[in-house]
Amino acid sequence: MKAPEDTASGQARVRYTQPTADSLLIRLAGGWSLKDGIPSIDEFNQQITGQPLIRQIRFDGGDITQWDTSLLTFLTRIIGQARQQDMAPDLEGLPEGVRRLLELAAAVPPQQDTGRGAGHTTLLAQIGTTILRYLQGAPDMARFLGEITLSFGRLLRGKAQFRRADLLLIIQDVGPQALPIVSLISFLVGLIVAYMGAVQLAQFGAQIYIANLVSIGMVREMGALMTGIIMAGRTGAAFAAQLGTMQVNEEIDAFRTLGIAPMDFLVMPRMLALILVMPLLTLYSDLVGMLAGLFVAQTAFDIGTFEYYHQTIHSLDLTQFAVGISKGTTYGILIAFAGCLRGMQCGRSAQAVGQATTSAVVTSILFIVIAASLLTIIYQQLGI
Amino acid sequence: MTPDLKPPTRDEAHITVRDLTMAYGDFVIQHDLNFTVRRGDIFIIMGGSGCGKSTLLRHLVGLKSPAKGQVYFDGLSFWEAGPEEQEAVKRSFGMLFQSGALWSSLTLAENVALPLGEYTELSPAEISEIVSIKLALVGLAGFEEFYPAEISGGMQKRAGLARAMALDPDILFFDEPSAGLDPVSSRRLDDLILELRASLGATIVVVTHELASIFTIGNNSVFLDPETRTIIASGDPNMLRRECPDPKVRSFLNRGET
Repeated sequence: MKAPEDTASGQARVRYTQPTADSLLIRLAGGWSLKDGIPSIDEFNQQITGQPLIRQIRFDGGDITQWDTSLLTFLTRIIGQARQQDMAPDLEGLPEGVRRLLELAAAVPPQQDTGRGAGHTTLLAQIGTTILRYLQGAPDMARFLGEITLSFGRLLRGKAQFRRADLLLIIQDVGPQALPIVSLISFLVGLIVAYMGAVQLAQFGAQIYIANLVSIGMVREMGALMTGIIMAGRTGAAFAAQLGTMQVNEEIDAFRTLGIAPMDFLVMPRMLALILVMPLLTLYSDLVGMLAGLFVAQTAFDIGTFEYYHQTIHSLDLTQFAVGISKGTTYGILIAFAGCLRGMQCGRSAQAVGQATTSAVVTSILFIVIAASLLTIIYQQLGI
Repeated sequence: MTPDLKPPTRDEAHITVRDLTMAYGDFVIQHDLNFTVRRGDIFIIMGGSGCGKSTLLRHLVGLKSPAKGQVYFDGLSFWEAGPEEQEAVKRSFGMLFQSGALWSSLTLAENVALPLGEYTELSPAEISEIVSIKLALVGLAGFEEFYPAEISGGMQKRAGLARAMALDPDILFFDEPSAGLDPVSSRRLDDLILELRASLGATIVVVTHELASIFTIGNNSVFLDPETRTIIASGDPNMLRRECPDPKVRSFLNRGET
């Protein structure tokens, strides 16, 4: 769309003259290139302000040596401004190509009432929309919860359709493959609890109680909590990304048109896998944490393996384990819920998958924090 | 099923759409659509880009509920029916999505086998036999153990068709079957569609704007207009090309030349 190159093109130039009282002639000259930027139309505005007589805008583009989109943009601005002032722009004097492109751009009028105004919304309106959007989340969540419950009902009656092989694959993915990271974090947490605690306890010569501190701390709270946080980042995000991508590829629609409920086929195996795996991972995390405690006790505080073991066994009973495992399982359900919810709600673009993944992790962690506080208070009140 | 006894087109309404209005929120895409698809038709939904063709298809297959109006299958109002009846109706559908929409974690064979496994009492051996036949029908014999990501776009589309045909559906829906295919593959797909109608006796609904396909396969159609947002012409596309009173439709069917 470039006019022939001219060696002596020079910069774009604009001159305004007023051949008659009711018309403005705009002379355009030189080389118009986006590289040099787009000239401003301020001068044009100055020319027409206070000149109510001007009814016609004419152009003379005879000296244009070269042009590209910069000229089109400049002209579009002028024409837009002129039309607003009820002036009639006359494109006759412009190069043929420019005229054709301007006509092409004006050929299809902008679609009205698309429901998307390009206009600015006020701050208050923005706040309102944001709050409404968040509020809308609650019924969506309730609906999803209802659908999961129905799906569980079908599962119990043996009517839910999903493939055993899928369940096993997901279990492998969320269970055994998570062991390295769970080991690492649990060992670190056990180590920190033991070390920080022991330094304080040593002031009273009570180092042996590290064992109690670590075992009760890990088994009741930290094991489940740490596993929950890891699984939120690892598995909750993965669920949302998998289901979100399936949404983008129309794979979920393909299930629906076949009359296969995506809830049964996709969400149920993921819920089941986490519900089955979380208690085991929690137990494993407890064990690794206690081993870390033993390591600290032995190396830094000279406590024997047998002593530590004995002290640990005496400080724990099955209730402690039940408390920890019940928490871990609850977190598992919440993570699977949040991950699948965000995945199924995902929009149809790559960006939406990213948002769904982020939102899945944030929602999971939020749920975990709320559940952890509630459960701790409930168990405290119940005296267990 | 004894499809070969049926003549290709009978004057029996298979799908009837009454006063259908489709909207995303407040934004109405098409309003007051009325048309009938007869049993055995190859029915084309056409119109310019962005006029709501694919959205109409999503309403027909029950993926999106209408803002207003009804869709009847053999006289049964889909959106007023209970969940069980809806499931039963859906089971008579086969759908080929624009992107193929194969389940990416499953092989081609598993993709085609899944609906068979869910809805029939066939043994695994029988299912695998049927899967081979269906894949052979679309020219993909030997690709049973491939994953969707390992084959080309055209092959994915054909595999999608094999899956759509898995349960010998009464109605096949095609969303832009020839989009992204070279002319030869596109032509082959058209032949396949004609073959399917002749041999299975299925009713076929196709969303497309490929003129070559429209005239080769279609015997009935509706034209959606993006400006007035409703149907502005319906009938046999070959007839519409010559005789439609609306210049917009004639222009579309003659590639802009009137």
